[in-house]
Amino acid sequence: MVVDDRPSAGPRAKSAGPGPSRSARRRTGAAQPYSLYLPAGVVYLVIFLVPTAMAFYFSLTRWTLFESQFVGLQNYKDFFAEQSLRISLQNTLVYAVVTSLLKVVFGLLLGVMLTSRLRTTGFLRSVVFFPVLVSTVAVGITFSVLLRPDTGLVDKALALVGVSGTDWLGSAQTALLSVALVDVWKGVGLATVIYIAGILSIPQTYYEAVAVDGGGAWQRFRHVTFPLSWPATYSVVLLSLIGGLRSFDLIWTMTRGGPGFSSDVIASIIYKQYQAGFYGLSTAGNVVLFVLVTALILPLSWYLGKKEVAA
Amino acid sequence: MRTLRRLAGESAALVLAGVVFLIPFSFMLLTAVKDGPQSADLDFSWPTSWPIVANFREVIEARDYILLRAYVNSILVTVVAVGFIVVFAAMAGYVIQRRPGRVAAIANVLVLSGLIIPPAIVPTIWLLQGMGLFKTVPGLILVEIAFNLSFAVLLFRAFVAGIPRELDEAAMMDGCTGWKLFFKVVFPLLRPVAITVALTTSVAIFNDFVNPLYFLPGDDHPTVQTTLYSFQSQYSTQWNLLFMDIVLITIPPLLTFIFFNRKIVAGMTAGAVKG
Repeated sequence: MVVDDRPSAGPRAKSAGPGPSRSARRRTGAAQPYSLYLPAGVVYLVIFLVPTAMAFYFSLTRWTLFESQFVGLQNYKDFFAEQSLRISLQNTLVYAVVTSLLKVVFGLLLGVMLTSRLRTTGFLRSVVFFPVLVSTVAVGITFSVLLRPDTGLVDKALALVGVSGTDWLGSAQTALLSVALVDVWKGVGLATVIYIAGILSIPQTYYEAVAVDGGGAWQRFRHVTFPLSWPATYSVVLLSLIGGLRSFDLIWTMTRGGPGFSSDVIASIIYKQYQAGFYGLSTAGNVVLFVLVTALILPLSWYLGKKEVAA
Repeated sequence: MRTLRRLAGESAALVLAGVVFLIPFSFMLLTAVKDGPQSADLDFSWPTSWPIVANFREVIEARDYILLRAYVNSILVTVVAVGFIVVFAAMAGYVIQRRPGRVAAIANVLVLSGLIIPPAIVPTIWLLQGMGLFKTVPGLILVEIAFNLSFAVLLFRAFVAGIPRELDEAAMMDGCTGWKLFFKVVFPLLRPVAITVALTTSVAIFNDFVNPLYFLPGDDHPTVQTTLYSFQSQYSTQWNLLFMDIVLITIPPLLTFIFFNRKIVAGMTAGAVKG
């Protein structure tokens, strides 16, 4: 027996109304099967999502990797009770905010400079971007040598102009900020490139309008370049905040969190607790970092995104 | 007169920027070619002797050729992981862009969480150990794939938006659908962005220090970044060798940079500003 479904297909196709017919749309759909998600989805689910979900459970246990004993919120209590761990929370915030602010300021400055009509800009764009590609550990080692007290290049250069430097990485007051500055040195190239792209996409007519109104370089920057490169600012702030909150390798190679705990961040605490065998506590640190990043980034990206639409 | 002064001011700023960025690199190079005693001064003086070849050989031969073994491991991890990332992310980025709806919305959320959420490290170690992959090269490869997928999917999704849908439809007319449509028709068109993804992620994975530190500890399977770590403790007084190591492991990113500078920068900005 032959089942003929053509009559019923007719009216349905008609009822779909204007535009591509429903059956055609369904066919387009099948041409991009969901199974294309499969390989990426499986790896992501198993290696990333499962451990992330398990972290919530294991952070509530005393854990040896083989056995875990449920202890409730004890790890979190320890985390927030211990002075050294609480410092890391504060340091993480300071580090992330300082690095992203400075990356915005210097990235914008360099971006404006390197889109100006000067001959060396091509060369300088490469020079500024290159540190982005060098490994963080190599940068960290090099700068911990350059920042040595007295004999280091930075202190020697300061001595030339009559300023006496300090032990940048050895003093509790300056260690965290010194590392943050090196982070900016390494990462500002990416911010600059993003700003260059943003500035180059601003239509020339706006600058002409400022010129007609008799505005100078400052007016051009104040009323055109800065507001219209807002999407670039948005990207730079979010990228460097996320990077700053999770930062570990530079801090670890330059100070190991020291002196004392003065430059410890959550990520370095996670590593120290892991090394010491406190797996549950280490994982609790991970959850704290997770909550901190999400609580900061989600509202901020929503707020900055809204402002972008308004601009 | 005013323009002249402005030009002078701008040039001074440019020179200053150049100096700030170039001095640390010249310091690396200078220290790497000095002899042991002079390198211990850690200053900016000109080398009195040039034991380049000797330093090079000593770094290579140190600890039973650890640097060469590290190079093999790092290149293996980078090449395999990047290969899978490019193919997997291209497939996912293509469906996300082409089939909007609830599934794509969920996929988008997952991609964004991959960018934001810090990986849960000890549970990942626990999982890899359960699978028998902890402290193995395949384990590290899996980790690098999973942690780098999100960024790649974003870049691919943005790029697919620029490929006309009519192309899919024309291919379907010729009887090409599903995986065949993707690999025969769409994937070859993604070449420009695939190159950008391959370049940026390979630099990131080759330079990665954190994941090898956690997931491939010990000297059995060194990677280039962890050699730096062990050289630092072993050669705390032999700075010329440490910096020779730094120079040697910086060469691959440097070459990538020299040959693909324009492409990397273009792809980075496309992804970062839109993403």
